[in-house]
Amino acid sequence: MRGRPLLFTSYASDAGLLPTTTKRVAVVVLVVAAVLAPFGKLPLLGFLGGAGWHLVLAQVLVFAIGALGLNILTGLAGQVSLGHAFFMGVGAYAGVVLGGTSTATLWGLGLPIWIWIPGAGLVAALIGVLVSPVAVRVRGLYLGIVTLGLVFLGDHLFRNLDFICGAPGIGREWPKLQLKLWKEGTPLFDLAHDGRWFGVDVSGTQKQIIFLIPLVVLAALATKNLTRTRVGRALQAIRDRDIAAEIMGVAEFRHKTIAFAISSFFAGVAGALLGSIIGTLNPEYWSLALSVEFIAILLIGGAGTVSGTLMGSTFVVASAHLVEDFTRLLARTAAGHSPLHYVADLIVARGNHFGLISLEPTGPGLSVYQFNQLLYGLLIVLFLLFEPLGLYGIWGRVRNFWRSWPFTY
Amino acid sequence: MTLAAQVVAGGGGLVKLLNTLWDGAALGALYALLALGFVLIFKATQVINFAHGAIASVGAFFLATFAVDKRIPGQWIGGPDWLAWSLSVVLALLAAVAVGLLIERLAIRPMIGQPLFAVAIITLGIDIMLRSVINDFLGTSNKSVGSPFGLDVFDIGGVRIPHTQVASTALAVICFVAVGRFFKTRTGIAMRATAFDQEAAMLQGVKVGRVFATAWGIAAALATLAGIFAAIFPRGSGNLEPGTAFFALRAFPAVILGGLDSTKGAIVGGFIIGIAEIVAAVYLQPFSDTLGNGFQTVVPYLVMLIGLLVRPYGLYGTPEVRRV
Repeated sequence: MRGRPLLFTSYASDAGLLPTTTKRVAVVVLVVAAVLAPFGKLPLLGFLGGAGWHLVLAQVLVFAIGALGLNILTGLAGQVSLGHAFFMGVGAYAGVVLGGTSTATLWGLGLPIWIWIPGAGLVAALIGVLVSPVAVRVRGLYLGIVTLGLVFLGDHLFRNLDFICGAPGIGREWPKLQLKLWKEGTPLFDLAHDGRWFGVDVSGTQKQIIFLIPLVVLAALATKNLTRTRVGRALQAIRDRDIAAEIMGVAEFRHKTIAFAISSFFAGVAGALLGSIIGTLNPEYWSLALSVEFIAILLIGGAGTVSGTLMGSTFVVASAHLVEDFTRLLARTAAGHSPLHYVADLIVARGNHFGLISLEPTGPGLSVYQFNQLLYGLLIVLFLLFEPLGLYGIWGRVRNFWRSWPFTY
Repeated sequence: MTLAAQVVAGGGGLVKLLNTLWDGAALGALYALLALGFVLIFKATQVINFAHGAIASVGAFFLATFAVDKRIPGQWIGGPDWLAWSLSVVLALLAAVAVGLLIERLAIRPMIGQPLFAVAIITLGIDIMLRSVINDFLGTSNKSVGSPFGLDVFDIGGVRIPHTQVASTALAVICFVAVGRFFKTRTGIAMRATAFDQEAAMLQGVKVGRVFATAWGIAAALATLAGIFAAIFPRGSGNLEPGTAFFALRAFPAVILGGLDSTKGAIVGGFIIGIAEIVAAVYLQPFSDTLGNGFQTVVPYLVMLIGLLVRPYGLYGTPEVRRV
């Protein structure tokens, strides 16, 4: 059916994972681009090869896994959860107990990576099932507040269980991404240190990015595939009209529990990976702010869609770093003598001069972190007001405009 | 926690119990005042306002600016301190109401008829924005809101009752009565009609936009009053801190426990949560090794979770009638 991409002649092709050639090509191009990005080989985006961006790229990928999990719960099953940070924390600490090294004050079993990554997800999923008796009984905004309560309970636990989480304000070190068969000294693959692959120098973080890409692809395929299964259709029915779904024979509580379990599994894996790529995290890290960041990813990207979630995590995580880079650039401009330095001086606060953003945490002007928070808040509000489908909706409109061009009206 | 320390020092047995219960009730009145703001907005717009805590902080920040930093109107008028302070409170209330109305007009009014979930998340976005701006103004230092009540206490047979708590509880009771009366007025009835069915209310000639604005304005004023007393007494520091906005988040359990759409529920829920928190702080002190430091701050959420297991719509909430 050349030239008629929307004409499907069988149910199988209609329900396909990637129904059109364009989508198949786009996925291949995206994966290749994601592999090339950390090496600075992308046209126009060469700056991504800089060392400062490697950790950001790795975080984009980990946040994508976590956001795909929230997408299953909120986008697919329609359950608003503010507790995603809690499940990430549970997974992260399950991972660190299974894979971390044991010291006088900290628990750790030192097990290999193929146990602690899935283990982190499974423990988080188990906790998800444990809280679901409360969570599935309440609906809508009540659920949002119950899960808000989970974040505060989790925060209390993480700050007090210092034999698991490390002391408050200090934290502990996560196991490195090293593939071992069991507890032997030299790993089969070492993703934590610099090395040479196929005659090319690769840094540890570059290796981790290469390792994370297949995981993200796997998570995205699993999410996309879930929407085509019986469970996935049941979840969408619950999202669209819970009582109608129930009357048609969808077991509401059971399917909500399944959604909680799957979503928590993704969150747990993402939490453990995040700890591992960053190295050390405080017990206070898994806070309401992190949950809100995931809500922002979902709403900015477009809830309910895999491609929107991926766009959202790229946008939210990378924008935080872009703001910082841009502020530094402005600060240099403001200090220099180029014609633009008056404009830059207005935006950046230097010393005690007034400005919108400041590189210092105190003094006049928002710090970069505060500015990013403000930006998330503003973007959440603006997207909900003007483009409820998020970046995915914008992309859809652009695509539809050009699809019928020059007869768009 | 200074209150707990005072209570423990205050003696044993019955006096300790009475002290604890009074402290809990005073905290509960504050939670109930915050919960009342949530309920008001929920009753008018069917939306949980996540920005309530941030508005409370903003209001307290206005007071800190007016009463302490700029001394408006204190620098122009003589008279006792409490008079100047009360006038500053009125100014702070007006400023906070303006903020509430602005938020309503810019972000909430355009969403009339949109999914409620989207509106609730918008308030969450506003909460983040307000908090990041307020935290920047506060910086690392805390701001005093300049309480005129000082540290004086009434001592009734060993039961110590700080003047601040008397003032805040009296104020909370006045607000409960006022809001209760308000729902009987013409505007109040219009608000209840809007909550029941926006379209039907519009057809009856209710100006839904004006109802929304009224609800947000009153809720912002209630939030400010609660924010001021939240800054003054639960920590005993008399200061507005970044944590004050999170204090308001602990009123969520109160409103959920009582039922989102019930004024009575907000008051009962507030008192239950407040008393539970202080009782836990005082009587679970010996077990702090097992339970962890600051266990009382999560007690409200635990009470809420247990309450929801038993009654998913809270104590006095109306069970939602669901139609296919």
